[in-house]
Amino acid sequence: MSPADRLYARRRFKNVLALVLASAATAFGLFWLVWILWTTVSMGITHLNWALFTRMTPPPGDSGGLLNAFFGSAVMSLLAIVMGTPVGIAAGTFLAEYVNHRKLGTVIRFVNDILLSAPSIVLGLFVYTLVVKTMGHFSALAGAIALGFIVLPVVVRTTDEMLRLVPSQMREAALSLGIPQWKVTTQILYRASLSGILTGVLLALARISGETAPLLFTALNNQYWTTNILQPMANVPVVIFQFAMSPYDAWQALAWAGAFIVTMFVLLLSLFARLVLLRNKVSND
Amino acid sequence: MSNSNSLSAEFASVPLGEDARTRGDGRADRLFRWTVTAAGIFVLVSLSAAALSMLWGGREAFHTFGWKFFTSTDWDPVQHKFGALVAIYGTLITALIAMIIAVPVSLGIAVFLTEAAPRWIRTPVASAIELLAGIPSIIYGMWGLFVLAPKLAEHVYPWINDHLGKLPLAGPLFTGPPLGLGMLTAGLVLGIMVIPFISSVMREVFLTVPARLKESAYALGSTTWEVVWDIVLPYTRSAVIGGIFLGLGRALGETMAVTFVLGNAHDLSASLLMPGNSIAATIANEFTEADSDIYLSSLIALGFVLFIVTFIVLAIAKLMLMQLQRREGK
Repeated sequence: MSPADRLYARRRFKNVLALVLASAATAFGLFWLVWILWTTVSMGITHLNWALFTRMTPPPGDSGGLLNAFFGSAVMSLLAIVMGTPVGIAAGTFLAEYVNHRKLGTVIRFVNDILLSAPSIVLGLFVYTLVVKTMGHFSALAGAIALGFIVLPVVVRTTDEMLRLVPSQMREAALSLGIPQWKVTTQILYRASLSGILTGVLLALARISGETAPLLFTALNNQYWTTNILQPMANVPVVIFQFAMSPYDAWQALAWAGAFIVTMFVLLLSLFARLVLLRNKVSND
Repeated sequence: MSNSNSLSAEFASVPLGEDARTRGDGRADRLFRWTVTAAGIFVLVSLSAAALSMLWGGREAFHTFGWKFFTSTDWDPVQHKFGALVAIYGTLITALIAMIIAVPVSLGIAVFLTEAAPRWIRTPVASAIELLAGIPSIIYGMWGLFVLAPKLAEHVYPWINDHLGKLPLAGPLFTGPPLGLGMLTAGLVLGIMVIPFISSVMREVFLTVPARLKESAYALGSTTWEVVWDIVLPYTRSAVIGGIFLGLGRALGETMAVTFVLGNAHDLSASLLMPGNSIAATIANEFTEADSDIYLSSLIALGFVLFIVTFIVLAIAKLMLMQLQRREGK
């Protein structure tokens, strides 16, 4: 074998080795995905029953359901979306339409991106000192505010990006007709980027549905049914956390069932959100 | 003078209704501008408010313990002595283990999805990997505690004990009772969790490499691996590092998954198989049990430390990612 042949063989070998390792890495990633989903589904389905949706969280060692937790999660997530979305859309509009290429815009985008990946537990502590300490007690409202701070950067980012995708000819055409800017923004630009912004809101909802850490010291938990948002309220993630860590079989079974429902909800929601975006892309082309 | 007179005369000739409408539009425009500006400033303020509120909440701990808060391994709620070293150590070590696992795997996935795999398989596999990012972290925690940890304790850790434990220098790292819970397990779970974040950034930036650069290299006879190593990676270096830091930021601040599998022990131990603690796990476990002001304050001070560390890491990530964008001319 000549030196050139040997060099060639070595390069070929390195290439094949690298590609095999790359495929192995992908298999490694998919392996965990399958394992985790399999665990969630198989453990969840065996513990699924109607009592989950009709009965309250039980006292230690007893059987029961998760009705109050589902209700609490729905209330808090909804409140968080209601609080976070308008502010997020407004801030995203500010970035895309008013300070797009200015320093202030760059700074706010930078801060927003940090907020987007900041640990949620830190946001929970923030809301604790801001709301819980001021009010003197834990409450569903505080939990919703904490979740709202997680919704906010997601909506800001998608609104900003979607508005910047709208061709500037559209703005110029509308403005040249003498339409004031606020009407151009609300009636033309928002309409053009509606599905994108909606996707952002849905993804934010998916993200807060399984969020546990910030709720631990804002909404806390509540074993009973309550509709008062100024009181501590049960919610699925914290109930899962508490029940999973407990030594009681009935509680652990409820935790698995709750985990299954939350996971399916989150995954289906993010799938649906992507479909909304995709369908719009296709219809625009 | 006459000029301005004629101007005002001209304005006067405009029908009254339209004038009112113009003024109304102007008012609405200003109101709209103020509203969106306020929202933009709100985003800016909320991050600094978060930092300041935690500094304020932790002031008692910082004041009482001073610098010793960062160097002390005490964590004694009964005697009111608190130090952050064990938690900081645990946070850094688990994040480090996570990165050691996640970075090569993510690189492999990104290479597979952009260069190696047949085209029809790329989109489904990429979506599947991104599903990993969608699973709530509490599910990772439950799975880690009830499924992964027993398996590791039964099959993997005894082997590690027997083989790696005898290594001359690194030995103490890998000796310990095979509990299943501990730093190594937490690091592994964190690694799996951040893989989708790092690999999706890498995949996206790999796709921005101009085709003519890669084609030139192929035309000169490069293998796929040589194109990746000598063309794609140098071109995207800063963004790849940015993606890695983004994953690191996630790993440092991740709470629920770690809380389940770390074991919640306030001891500093050399072994990675021993239970430990992290900043986020300490806060999550003990916040509602904190019965004294100094205890609560210490926990909030821990949160402040975590915030500062992740802020720095994420800021580096963002700056690195912006470098590639600037070169792309975006």
